[in-house]
Amino acid sequence: MSEIEDLRAPSTPGQEAEILVDKGVPAGGEAFETGSQFKLILQTFLENKLAVVGLGLVFAAVLFCFLGPIFYHTNQVTTTYNINLPPGKGHPLGTDQNGYDVLGRLMLGGQSSLEIGFSVAIIATMFGVAWGAVAGFLGGIVDTVMMRIVDAFLAIPTLLLLIYLASVFRPTLKLLIIVIAGVSWLSPARLVRGEALSLRVRDYVKAVRVMGGGSRRIVARHIVPNAIGTIVVNATFQVADAILVMAVLSYLGLGLPPPAANWGGMLSDGVNYVYAGYWWLIYPAGFAIILTVVAFNLIGDAIRDSLEVRLQRR
Amino acid sequence: MTAYLIRRVLQSIVVLIGVSIIGFILEHLLPGGPAKALLGNRATPLAIKTFNHQNGFDKPLVTQYFVYMGHLIQGNLGYSYKLNQPVSQVLAREVPKSVLLVGSALVFSVIIAIPVGIFQAVRRNGIFDYAATSISFLLYSMPSFWLGLILIIAFAVNTHLFPAQAPQGSTIGQILAHPSGLVLPVLTLTLVSFASFSRYMRSSAIDALAQDWIRTAKAKGLSQRAILFKHMLRNALIPIATLIGLSLPSLITAGVVTESVFNFPGTGLDFVTAATTEDFALLLGIIILVGVLTVIGNLLADIAYAVLDPRVRYR
Repeated sequence: MSEIEDLRAPSTPGQEAEILVDKGVPAGGEAFETGSQFKLILQTFLENKLAVVGLGLVFAAVLFCFLGPIFYHTNQVTTTYNINLPPGKGHPLGTDQNGYDVLGRLMLGGQSSLEIGFSVAIIATMFGVAWGAVAGFLGGIVDTVMMRIVDAFLAIPTLLLLIYLASVFRPTLKLLIIVIAGVSWLSPARLVRGEALSLRVRDYVKAVRVMGGGSRRIVARHIVPNAIGTIVVNATFQVADAILVMAVLSYLGLGLPPPAANWGGMLSDGVNYVYAGYWWLIYPAGFAIILTVVAFNLIGDAIRDSLEVRLQRR
Repeated sequence: MTAYLIRRVLQSIVVLIGVSIIGFILEHLLPGGPAKALLGNRATPLAIKTFNHQNGFDKPLVTQYFVYMGHLIQGNLGYSYKLNQPVSQVLAREVPKSVLLVGSALVFSVIIAIPVGIFQAVRRNGIFDYAATSISFLLYSMPSFWLGLILIIAFAVNTHLFPAQAPQGSTIGQILAHPSGLVLPVLTLTLVSFASFSRYMRSSAIDALAQDWIRTAKAKGLSQRAILFKHMLRNALIPIATLIGLSLPSLITAGVVTESVFNFPGTGLDFVTAATTEDFALLLGIIILVGVLTVIGNLLADIAYAVLDPRVRYR
């Protein structure tokens, strides 16, 4: 979601193109061929304590949401009369307005939030990378047309487009994933196109061509692998963004219809009880979202930092 | 400079045409077309046919696009049958209020973010730097509606300092008559945009501090204050000028959410209401308007950058 994207640009705005060129890549050929470089990146990544915290949080979230329900059985299907119970015996985090156990609902809701986050990141990144790599590699008029399309989509805030689409098509999980991915591929496309522009004139790419390597080989084996750092960092942020945007959609009542649970939807229901002081309907789901999003942002930041360190040490 | 300007303006026009094409496609994405969206599922084939004929939806797509484009250029954004008003009339009434909300939040966040970012850069890796970084990190990992809720709980429910609902009224005057209701919505938006501005200001100030002319100024024996305000600040502010233009879409997004949290009677609330009442004409009208504003904002940001930083013009 563009709401937060701006913040994570590597440096000052308006200089994106230059930075991408400066960043450079190993001039020796296909990236990450030697294990040592990867090890160096991994090492700097692990040295970053915040990154380890982020990674730990993501693991914890996945375990909590997907393994939690196995150990902590709750009724999330039929409504009961035990509505809006404060945290206490039997319900560590209380119950909501349908009598569902909030802790159990957090696990269930987290499943769909994480599923959406990961799926969107994967789909959007694959599509965006393909789009950007082709545009940057071919250059010329094709590049201009392809990038103006990206610009036009970027002009319309993601959330507005999503709200419109969600009101036109009745959302299902799959459809939401496709729709959110459909508006999230723009930033990877731009980033990869920038990298591809600078990579396609490198000597080793020219060498591949001299040796008779086709365009497809150059894009798939040389340009995309060399841009992998940028791609991974962006994909991490995509997960965080997708979880946030999904929460907002659910809050506005345009998310998945009732039987399905997700963190944003839980908050949307809890809003009605703000004045009643039912804090257990507001804080747990909110903190779950924040912790997960912070975790992915930390990881993304750390990967970017460790890639920069790699460049510094060269 | 002129060549740069002309190229940038032409590029923006192309993007604007792209935005209009997206709007056109979105309109035709409606299942069963605009007729069915408006007349409902039980509309007779004859009614649909008549509607399509009257509104030109039976013409070839290309012709329809040019008619649509013609309307857009004249400022005709369609007709909201739900509100029984032309969309442009609805927007003329609502947009100023949203501009008031988003604009004041923008001003406040920039005013706070600049000194905070500079201080962070000067005392890099100090306690204040870490604290400010953590806060901005937390703020932008937070769904903005949740932030609004927390502020409501803290300032409206628990302490009764400020009302939880924005002032209601159809004109700016009526809104301004109850300034206390504006506090929480503006605060929410300010915090959201402060998160990104302060980070940018920090990195921009760090970049500026590392430049040679700062070292020269130090070598000349200038005071810290003179260095910061005369040499560093002006250079560090250049990217902020661009950032304000670029952050328009994110500000508008946050505005939509904030307006619906606080029931602020502006364009964002209209957008959300239109989505739930399936008022597609109003939805598309707002999308087109925001798209055009964003493109113009980006253009102005680039021009400002070129004016402020001569190096850009010769790229």
